[in-house]
Order: sequence, then structure tokens, then C-alpha cells
Amino acid sequence: MKNKMYEWTLHEARQALRDGQVTSVALTEAIFERIEAVEPKIDAFITLLKEEALESARAADAAFARGEDLGDLHGVPIAIKDNMCTTGIPTTCASKMLENFRPPYDGTVVAKLKAAGAVIVGKTNLDEFAMGSSTENSAFKVTRNPWNTDYVPGGSSGGSAASVSAGAAYASLGSDTGGSIRQPASLCGLVGLKPTYGLVSRYGLVAFASSLDQIGPFTKDVEDCAIMMNAIAGYDVKDGTSIQQEKPDYKAALIDDVKGLRIGLPKEFFGEGIAQEVKDAVHAAAKIYETLGATVEEVSIPNAGYALPIYYIIASSECSSNLARFDGVRYGFRAPEFEDFNDLFAKTRTQGFGEEVKRRIMLGTYALSSGYYDAYYNKAMKVRTLLKQDFDRAFESVDVLLTPTSPTVAFKIGEKTDNPLEMYMSDICTVPINIAGVPAMSLPCGFSEGLPIGMQLIGKHFDEKTILRAAYAYEQHTGYAQQRPSL
Amino acid sequence: MAITIKDVEHVAKLARLEFEENEILAFTEKLDAIVGYVEMLNAVDVENVDPTYHVLPVKNRFREDEIQASLERDAVLTNAPDRRGGCFRVPRVVE
Repeated sequence: MKNKMYEWTLHEARQALRDGQVTSVALTEAIFERIEAVEPKIDAFITLLKEEALESARAADAAFARGEDLGDLHGVPIAIKDNMCTTGIPTTCASKMLENFRPPYDGTVVAKLKAAGAVIVGKTNLDEFAMGSSTENSAFKVTRNPWNTDYVPGGSSGGSAASVSAGAAYASLGSDTGGSIRQPASLCGLVGLKPTYGLVSRYGLVAFASSLDQIGPFTKDVEDCAIMMNAIAGYDVKDGTSIQQEKPDYKAALIDDVKGLRIGLPKEFFGEGIAQEVKDAVHAAAKIYETLGATVEEVSIPNAGYALPIYYIIASSECSSNLARFDGVRYGFRAPEFEDFNDLFAKTRTQGFGEEVKRRIMLGTYALSSGYYDAYYNKAMKVRTLLKQDFDRAFESVDVLLTPTSPTVAFKIGEKTDNPLEMYMSDICTVPINIAGVPAMSLPCGFSEGLPIGMQLIGKHFDEKTILRAAYAYEQHTGYAQQRPSL
Repeated sequence: MAITIKDVEHVAKLARLEFEENEILAFTEKLDAIVGYVEMLNAVDVENVDPTYHVLPVKNRFREDEIQASLERDAVLTNAPDRRGGCFRVPRVVE
């Protein structure tokens, strides 16, 4: 076990609590000491909740003293992306539009974390309304990569990734519409899982693109990922798209054995635009799997090349519809001066939204507008069907797919802000997964010039267990999960 | 260019967004690049393909029509930019 408390994994912290080696208050104080040291360098948080966190920690310690134990998250400091509703605590979506918004209710995942006794340390920075791949689109601050603060942490859940990577939380929650958990996990050297669409309730997650959004965890290793999934997965009557099924124990999937596991390498994910060092690292991982007794074969997702255009039509269309609710009437920002009702809407939205959000609302409004609906939205929804069928077909012959997560390691702050299309290319390997609704994890598989490389394991619908098993086995035979940035 | 300044002005009106003249120009260019890019979908044959609105076979989930507690009115109104008498207050709509 590492010397410094903030360097522990979640399960190491949990074990120390259970053994009586530390108290939750000591753990929480150590985390806040770390936050105070690193936050000026990485800017991962929008809101810090020190007093509330210490209060939860004291309650946890009191419960332990009474012999009570709510499970693996009890007394453990956790961070939450600032697009998930927390009662009475600002939930800004990194937008001027919601700068002063304090939700009157908890999102289901937040309620679940609280019920599990977790200590919530703060709300993390993101690209405004989760739209972006670098966390540079926040209305408040630019989050930096703990491995090298000249570089982006990825996005949109960049604050959630940077906080865990820097030791400012033992785990965090992010949301993933086109890669917003997996790409920052890759760029910050973490494990990040986007669960199957419908596995984790979206109630209380501020909607971006409702048919693609899904909440998932950032952790330092695979075991921690399983612990977080046990806490947040499950049916919720408040989310009409959540799925009713028996809840598995994800920790039971942590088996160091991949003998006979069939792994597919979809050739379209290794093409042009993917950096050589990234391809090499993922191919080296495939070799490790072979030595561990898995079989590796090349497969094809023929329509993968259409994933980005499908994504940008569907995501922008759904965002333009979802963000119509920000009108300055019920909550959020209202423009101080306006002439009439329509002017109130227009001035509020014009002053409240940032540039990238406006760009996507405009694209979506265009795609849904009279005369273009069939040509864009409906067409994209049909090509989506073809892409989903590609995955179904690939999973007839293999159990999991292995690909790069991000086409490159982290890029420099400011490098892509003027070119939206180039920024969108960061998600080329991750968006196909949201379109098909399947689960996928990013986990560290190498380094290039001191920056982490991530690989992506993709599974069948609701087969998170096979992803966890494959990831766990890989992690047991490599040292990447033990690496921490020196910050 | 496929996207014209007029298109952008029309869409901006639909979206209830306002732009300065130079912003309209910049938007026209950026939007044109993105629309040009997504038009690669035109090459795909989707004859007899159904659209995927939901990736899993879930439809019309019903529940019992039972009265349940909802949020308190005051809690709901706390975030309103303007309110009066337990209501959201907006500018006059009918003259």
C-alpha cells in the first residue's frame, strides 16, 4: 500500500477504514489537504463541499463505532460531475445559464451514493452542458491534466477525471454521451466505464442527448470500478428508459482468468488518424491477452466511419430540443433587460449559453427544421440501425472488442479550440459505442512522452461483467494502474 | 457554400438565439463545415432500414395511476428568476 492516503485506491481506503487503521474524518481531511495543494494547478472543481463532507465523515465514523456498515463506499470521499442534481448545492453544468441553480432534489445516482454513506467532496468541472472533449468550454475555468498541466484532461468530464487522477477523490461520477467518460479516463490514466444505455438511472442528470447519455464511474483501478457500479446500477421508476432486471454483483466479475475469451480487434478502429504509439500499445495489450490464453481475431464494423456524422446529427438535434427548456422562466439565468415574452427567451439564451452550446443548438435546430428532418435526423437514425447491427454481428463471433479509446494522447490546451471538427475527431473511437448503446470501458495501457494511453474494451448489451473480467485480468499482469502523476 | 447567412438567421430565430453580424458570418462558416461533413451520410443506402429511436426493445412503460407526493411548491419556486403569489412571473403575453 502506498504511503500517502490520497494515493490509495478506493478499495485500499475502504480496507483501512474497515481495519480501524483510519477514520473517515482523517481520510476526508487528507483528501481536502490534497485538494488545497493541487487545485490551484488543475482546477478540477466548480464547488467544494468541505463542511458537508466532514459532517458526512463524522456520521460515518459514528456509524462504524455503533458497528454499522453501509458497504464499500461508506465513509469514502467521492466527487460528482456538476451536471448531476444535488439538493441545495449548486448544479451549474459549467454554464452561466445555471450559475445560481440549486436543485430542489437529488439525482438518483446522488441519492444512491448518499444512501451508501459516501462522502461527497465536491462538484467537478466540465465542458458546458457536457458538450466538448477538453473541458475548455466551461464558463468558469479550464481544467488541466494532472500528468502535465500544459495539456487538457479530455472532456467533457475533465474535472471528474483530473480529480481522481490527482488524488483529490477516490472515485468520481461522470456522464458519457459520445465519450465524455472514456476519453478523459484515457487522457488521465484512469479506468472509466460507460455502462449499457438504461443500466444507470439518468434521473437528475441534466439532459444533453437523451438517447445517448449515460452515467458512469472514474476510478484508479478495475476493482474500484466494480464497487462503484454496484452502488449506482439498477432500475429506477423515475427514468422511463432504465431497464428492469436482476442486478448482478460486479465484484464477482473480478476474475483473473481470460482463458478461452474471444477478443475482436475491429480493423476500422486502427485506421488513419490513430497515432502509431496508440495502435502499438493496444496491439501489445492484445498480445498480453493471447499469452493469458484468450484468442484474438480481426473483425469488422463496416459502418464505423459514419459514427461521427450520425453522432453529430443525433446529439445536436436532441440537445436543441432538451435545451429549449432554458427560457429564463422557471429556473436559471434570466436576462436583466428585455422587451416582451419572445425577447425574454432570446436575450436569456443568447447571454446565458456559451459558443459551443449555441453551435450545437443551431446545428440541431437546422437538422430538425421543416424540410430537413428526413434528410438529417431520420437518415442518421437509420444509419444508426446499420451501425448497431454491425456490433450485433461482431458479437456473434467474439465476447469483447478491443480498440484504442482516444486517437492520440492528451493534446495541448488551446490546440483545438478554434476547430470544432478537429475537436470532434477526439471521439472517433468512442461515439460508435453510444450510438449502439453497448457498454465500454477505457483503461490505461501505456504511456507516450509521459502522457497516458488508454484502450477501450467494448461488450454486449448488459455484459459489463465480461468487460470487468477482461480488464481485471489485464490489470493483474501489467503495472499501468499503479502509476500516478507527480503533481 | 450550402449554408447561407439567411439560413443561419432563420435557424437562429427558431432557436431563440441572437447573433451579431460578425458572429453570423463566423457561424455560417463553421456550420457549413459541419453540415458538409455530416452529408457523407448521403452515400449510405437506407432503403428498408428502420430508424433506431431506442437501442433496447423498451416501449411505453406504464405504471399504476396512483397519487404520489411531488415536490413542495415553494421548493420548486426557489430557483425562479421572478415569482409572485406562488406562480412563475413572466412578461405580459396578451395585450
